[in-house]
Amino acid sequence: MTQPVLFYLFSLVAVIAGFTVVTARNPITSAMALVACFFCLAADYVLLEAHFVAVIQVLVYAGAIMVLFIFVIMLLNLREDLPVPLGDISRRSLFGLGVAGVLGVGIIAALAVAVPHTQFGEVAEGYGTIKKVGEAMFGGPYLLPFEVVSALLTVAVVGAVVLGKKEI
Amino acid sequence: MEAVGLLPVLALSAILFVTGVAGVLTRRNALIVFMSVELMLNAVNLAFVAFARENQVVDGQVFAVFVMAVAAAEAAVGLALVILLFRNRVTVFLDDLNLLKG
Repeated sequence: MTQPVLFYLFSLVAVIAGFTVVTARNPITSAMALVACFFCLAADYVLLEAHFVAVIQVLVYAGAIMVLFIFVIMLLNLREDLPVPLGDISRRSLFGLGVAGVLGVGIIAALAVAVPHTQFGEVAEGYGTIKKVGEAMFGGPYLLPFEVVSALLTVAVVGAVVLGKKEI
Repeated sequence: MEAVGLLPVLALSAILFVTGVAGVLTRRNALIVFMSVELMLNAVNLAFVAFARENQVVDGQVFAVFVMAVAAAEAAVGLALVILLFRNRVTVFLDDLNLLKG
Protein backbone atom coordinates (compact mmCIF):
# COMPACT_ATOMS: atom_id res chain seq x y z
CA MET A 1 0.00 0.00 0.00
CA THR A 2 3.02 2.29 -0.03
CA GLN A 3 3.10 2.53 -3.82
CA PRO A 4 0.21 5.02 -4.24
CA VAL A 5 1.72 7.19 -1.47
CA LEU A 6 5.08 7.14 -3.24
CA PHE A 7 3.44 7.87 -6.60
CA TYR A 8 1.55 10.92 -5.32
CA LEU A 9 4.63 12.15 -3.42
CA PHE A 10 6.88 11.96 -6.48
CA SER A 11 4.15 13.44 -8.67
CA LEU A 12 3.74 16.39 -6.31
CA VAL A 13 7.50 17.07 -6.34
CA ALA A 14 7.53 16.71 -10.14
CA VAL A 15 4.75 19.28 -10.54
CA ILE A 16 6.44 21.72 -8.14
CA ALA A 17 9.74 21.28 -9.97
CA GLY A 18 7.98 21.79 -13.30
CA PHE A 19 6.47 25.07 -12.10
CA THR A 20 9.91 26.13 -10.87
CA VAL A 21 11.39 25.42 -14.33
CA VAL A 22 8.90 27.80 -15.91
CA THR A 23 8.90 30.54 -13.25
CA ALA A 24 12.56 30.75 -12.18
CA ARG A 25 14.44 33.90 -13.15
CA ASN A 26 17.87 32.27 -13.27
CA PRO A 27 18.40 29.62 -16.01
CA ILE A 28 20.55 27.51 -13.64
CA THR A 29 17.63 27.33 -11.19
CA SER A 30 15.44 26.17 -14.05
CA ALA A 31 17.96 23.52 -15.07
CA MET A 32 18.30 22.16 -11.54
CA ALA A 33 14.51 22.06 -11.11
CA LEU A 34 14.29 20.18 -14.41
CA VAL A 35 16.82 17.62 -13.15
CA ALA A 36 14.67 17.14 -10.02
CA CYS A 37 11.58 16.77 -12.20
CA PHE A 38 13.35 14.12 -14.33
CA PHE A 39 14.38 12.13 -11.26
CA CYS A 40 10.80 12.19 -9.92
CA LEU A 41 9.49 11.05 -13.30
CA ALA A 42 12.07 8.21 -13.27
CA ALA A 43 10.67 7.16 -9.89
CA ASP A 44 7.15 7.23 -11.37
CA TYR A 45 8.38 5.05 -14.25
CA VAL A 46 9.67 2.51 -11.74
CA LEU A 47 6.26 2.51 -10.04
CA LEU A 48 4.70 1.94 -13.49
CA GLU A 49 6.93 -1.15 -13.97
CA ALA A 50 9.00 0.56 -16.68
CA HIS A 51 12.41 -0.16 -15.17
CA PHE A 52 14.44 0.15 -18.36
CA VAL A 53 12.82 3.47 -19.29
CA ALA A 54 13.51 4.75 -15.76
CA VAL A 55 17.22 3.90 -16.04
CA ILE A 56 17.42 5.50 -19.48
CA GLN A 57 15.60 8.56 -18.12
CA VAL A 58 18.26 9.07 -15.44
CA LEU A 59 21.20 8.25 -17.72
CA VAL A 60 20.17 10.12 -20.87
CA TYR A 61 17.95 12.93 -19.64
CA ALA A 62 19.23 13.79 -16.17
CA GLY A 63 22.76 12.74 -17.12
CA ALA A 64 23.57 13.68 -20.69
CA ILE A 65 20.99 16.23 -21.85
CA MET A 66 20.93 18.31 -18.68
CA VAL A 67 24.74 18.36 -18.49
CA LEU A 68 24.67 19.77 -22.02
CA PHE A 69 22.14 22.42 -20.94
CA ILE A 70 24.12 23.43 -17.85
CA PHE A 71 27.34 23.48 -19.87
CA VAL A 72 25.79 25.91 -22.36
CA ILE A 73 24.33 28.10 -19.60
CA MET A 74 27.74 28.32 -17.91
CA LEU A 75 29.46 28.92 -21.26
CA LEU A 76 27.21 31.85 -22.13
CA ASN A 77 27.50 33.34 -18.60
CA LEU A 78 23.99 34.76 -18.74
CA ARG A 79 22.66 37.51 -16.57
CA GLU A 80 19.33 36.99 -14.89
CA ASP A 81 16.23 37.49 -16.96
CA LEU A 82 15.56 41.22 -16.73
CA PRO A 83 12.10 42.31 -15.68
CA VAL A 84 10.18 43.53 -18.70
CA PRO A 85 7.84 46.57 -18.58
CA LEU A 86 4.56 45.88 -16.81
CA GLY A 87 2.28 46.32 -19.82
CA ASP A 88 4.44 43.93 -21.82
CA ILE A 89 4.35 41.34 -19.03
CA SER A 90 0.59 41.36 -18.72
CA ARG A 91 -0.08 41.16 -22.47
CA ARG A 92 2.38 38.34 -23.25
CA SER A 93 1.82 36.42 -20.03
CA LEU A 94 -1.94 36.72 -20.19
CA PHE A 95 -1.95 35.36 -23.73
CA GLY A 96 0.36 32.47 -22.85
CA LEU A 97 -1.37 31.62 -19.61
CA GLY A 98 -4.77 31.86 -21.30
CA VAL A 99 -3.79 29.41 -24.04
CA ALA A 100 -2.19 27.05 -21.50
CA GLY A 101 -5.20 27.28 -19.18
CA VAL A 102 -7.70 26.52 -21.95
CA LEU A 103 -5.52 23.60 -23.10
CA GLY A 104 -5.17 22.27 -19.55
CA VAL A 105 -8.89 22.51 -18.77
CA GLY A 106 -9.67 20.82 -22.08
CA ILE A 107 -7.26 17.93 -21.54
CA ILE A 108 -8.33 17.35 -17.93
CA ALA A 109 -12.02 17.44 -18.90
CA ALA A 110 -11.42 15.00 -21.75
CA LEU A 111 -9.50 12.69 -19.41
CA ALA A 112 -12.22 12.82 -16.76
CA VAL A 113 -14.86 11.92 -19.35
CA ALA A 114 -13.00 9.37 -21.46
CA VAL A 115 -10.63 7.52 -19.14
CA PRO A 116 -12.22 4.75 -17.07
CA HIS A 117 -11.68 5.02 -13.31
CA THR A 118 -10.11 1.58 -13.11
CA GLN A 119 -6.91 0.53 -11.42
CA PHE A 120 -3.91 -1.08 -13.06
CA GLY A 121 -3.97 -4.87 -13.22
CA GLU A 122 -1.18 -7.31 -12.48
CA VAL A 123 1.65 -7.40 -15.01
CA ALA A 124 3.32 -10.44 -16.49
CA GLU A 125 6.66 -11.69 -15.15
CA GLY A 126 9.57 -9.60 -16.45
CA TYR A 127 7.42 -6.75 -17.82
CA GLY A 128 9.43 -3.59 -18.42
CA THR A 129 12.85 -5.20 -18.05
CA ILE A 130 15.63 -4.70 -20.60
CA LYS A 131 14.96 -8.21 -21.95
CA LYS A 132 11.30 -7.60 -22.76
CA VAL A 133 11.85 -4.06 -24.11
CA GLY A 134 14.76 -5.29 -26.22
CA GLU A 135 12.71 -8.16 -27.63
CA ALA A 136 9.97 -5.69 -28.59
CA MET A 137 12.48 -3.24 -30.05
CA PHE A 138 14.58 -5.65 -32.12
CA GLY A 139 12.21 -8.57 -32.73
CA GLY A 140 9.22 -6.79 -34.17
CA PRO A 141 8.15 -3.86 -36.33
CA TYR A 142 10.38 -1.38 -34.48
CA LEU A 143 13.67 -2.55 -35.96
CA LEU A 144 13.53 -0.14 -38.91
CA PRO A 145 12.50 2.87 -36.74
CA PHE A 146 15.41 2.02 -34.44
CA GLU A 147 17.85 2.20 -37.33
CA VAL A 148 16.24 5.45 -38.52
CA VAL A 149 16.75 6.91 -35.02
CA SER A 150 20.45 6.03 -35.23
CA ALA A 151 20.63 7.87 -38.58
CA LEU A 152 18.81 10.83 -36.96
CA LEU A 153 21.34 10.95 -34.12
CA THR A 154 24.22 10.94 -36.63
CA VAL A 155 22.59 13.78 -38.56
CA ALA A 156 22.07 15.73 -35.32
CA VAL A 157 25.72 15.30 -34.29
CA VAL A 158 26.95 16.45 -37.71
CA GLY A 159 24.51 19.36 -37.64
CA ALA A 160 25.57 20.44 -34.15
CA VAL A 161 29.26 20.37 -35.15
CA VAL A 162 28.58 22.32 -38.35
CA LEU A 163 26.56 24.93 -36.47
CA GLY A 164 29.04 25.19 -33.63
CA LYS A 165 32.22 25.57 -35.64
CA LYS A 166 33.33 29.12 -36.40
CA GLU A 167 34.37 28.23 -39.93
CA ILE A 168 34.00 24.94 -41.74
CA MET B 1 1.04 -0.50 -8.53
CA GLU B 2 -2.47 -1.78 -8.06
CA ALA B 3 -4.13 1.07 -6.18
CA VAL B 4 -3.37 3.80 -8.74
CA GLY B 5 -5.12 3.83 -12.09
CA LEU B 6 -4.58 5.35 -15.49
CA LEU B 7 -6.36 8.61 -14.63
CA PRO B 8 -3.94 10.07 -12.03
CA VAL B 9 -0.92 9.29 -14.21
CA LEU B 10 -2.49 10.92 -17.27
CA ALA B 11 -3.54 13.89 -15.12
CA LEU B 12 0.09 14.35 -14.02
CA SER B 13 1.14 14.09 -17.65
CA ALA B 14 -1.41 16.75 -18.65
CA ILE B 15 -0.32 19.11 -15.85
CA LEU B 16 3.35 18.83 -16.84
CA PHE B 17 2.52 19.30 -20.52
CA VAL B 18 0.45 22.42 -19.84
CA THR B 19 3.23 23.79 -17.62
CA GLY B 20 5.62 23.34 -20.54
CA VAL B 21 3.21 25.07 -22.94
CA ALA B 22 2.92 28.03 -20.54
CA GLY B 23 6.72 28.21 -20.33
CA VAL B 24 7.14 28.19 -24.11
CA LEU B 25 4.53 30.92 -24.55
CA THR B 26 5.55 33.25 -21.71
CA ARG B 27 9.34 33.07 -21.33
CA ARG B 28 11.80 35.15 -23.36
CA ASN B 29 14.99 33.21 -22.63
CA ALA B 30 15.66 30.67 -25.40
CA LEU B 31 17.29 28.22 -22.98
CA ILE B 32 14.26 28.18 -20.67
CA VAL B 33 12.00 27.75 -23.71
CA PHE B 34 14.09 24.69 -24.65
CA MET B 35 13.76 23.33 -21.11
CA SER B 36 9.99 23.80 -21.30
CA VAL B 37 9.98 21.79 -24.53
CA GLU B 38 11.90 19.01 -22.73
CA LEU B 39 9.25 19.13 -20.00
CA MET B 40 6.52 18.65 -22.62
CA LEU B 41 8.40 15.70 -24.17
CA ASN B 42 8.67 14.11 -20.72
CA ALA B 43 4.94 14.54 -20.14
CA VAL B 44 4.27 12.70 -23.41
CA ASN B 45 6.72 9.96 -22.36
CA LEU B 46 4.81 9.52 -19.11
CA ALA B 47 1.56 9.11 -21.06
CA PHE B 48 3.23 6.49 -23.31
CA VAL B 49 4.46 4.51 -20.30
CA ALA B 50 1.08 4.77 -18.56
CA PHE B 51 -0.80 3.47 -21.59
CA ALA B 52 1.75 0.67 -21.99
CA ARG B 53 1.15 -0.30 -18.36
CA GLU B 54 -2.63 -0.17 -18.83
CA ASN B 55 -2.58 -2.38 -21.94
CA GLN B 56 0.13 -4.76 -20.62
CA VAL B 57 2.37 -4.27 -23.69
CA VAL B 58 5.89 -2.86 -23.85
CA ASP B 59 5.40 -1.05 -27.18
CA GLY B 60 4.74 2.22 -25.36
CA GLN B 61 8.06 1.89 -23.53
CA VAL B 62 9.83 1.35 -26.87
CA PHE B 63 8.23 4.59 -28.09
CA ALA B 64 9.36 6.37 -24.91
CA VAL B 65 12.96 5.34 -25.68
CA PHE B 66 12.56 6.66 -29.23
CA VAL B 67 11.21 9.96 -27.90
CA MET B 68 14.26 10.27 -25.63
CA ALA B 69 16.58 9.75 -28.63
CA VAL B 70 14.73 12.44 -30.59
CA ALA B 71 14.89 14.76 -27.57
CA ALA B 72 18.66 14.24 -27.35
CA ALA B 73 19.05 15.12 -31.03
CA GLU B 74 16.82 18.17 -30.59
CA ALA B 75 18.80 19.36 -27.56
CA ALA B 76 22.13 18.99 -29.38
CA VAL B 77 21.02 20.96 -32.47
CA GLY B 78 19.01 23.50 -30.45
CA LEU B 79 21.85 24.31 -28.07
CA ALA B 80 24.25 24.61 -31.01
CA LEU B 81 21.80 27.13 -32.49
CA VAL B 82 21.69 29.04 -29.18
CA ILE B 83 25.50 29.20 -29.09
CA LEU B 84 25.57 30.39 -32.71
CA LEU B 85 22.91 32.99 -31.90
CA PHE B 86 24.86 34.23 -28.88
CA ARG B 87 28.05 34.45 -30.93
CA ASN B 88 26.37 36.55 -33.63
CA ARG B 89 23.90 38.69 -31.67
CA VAL B 90 25.16 38.46 -28.04
CA THR B 91 21.67 37.64 -26.79
CA VAL B 92 19.51 34.62 -25.99
CA PHE B 93 16.31 36.61 -25.62
CA LEU B 94 13.80 35.68 -28.27
CA ASP B 95 12.32 39.21 -28.34
CA ASP B 96 15.58 40.49 -29.81
CA LEU B 97 15.26 38.21 -32.83
CA ASN B 98 13.05 40.25 -35.13
CA LEU B 99 15.18 40.18 -38.27
CA LEU B 100 12.39 38.64 -40.36
CA LYS B 101 9.79 41.10 -39.08
CA GLY B 102 8.92 43.50 -41.93
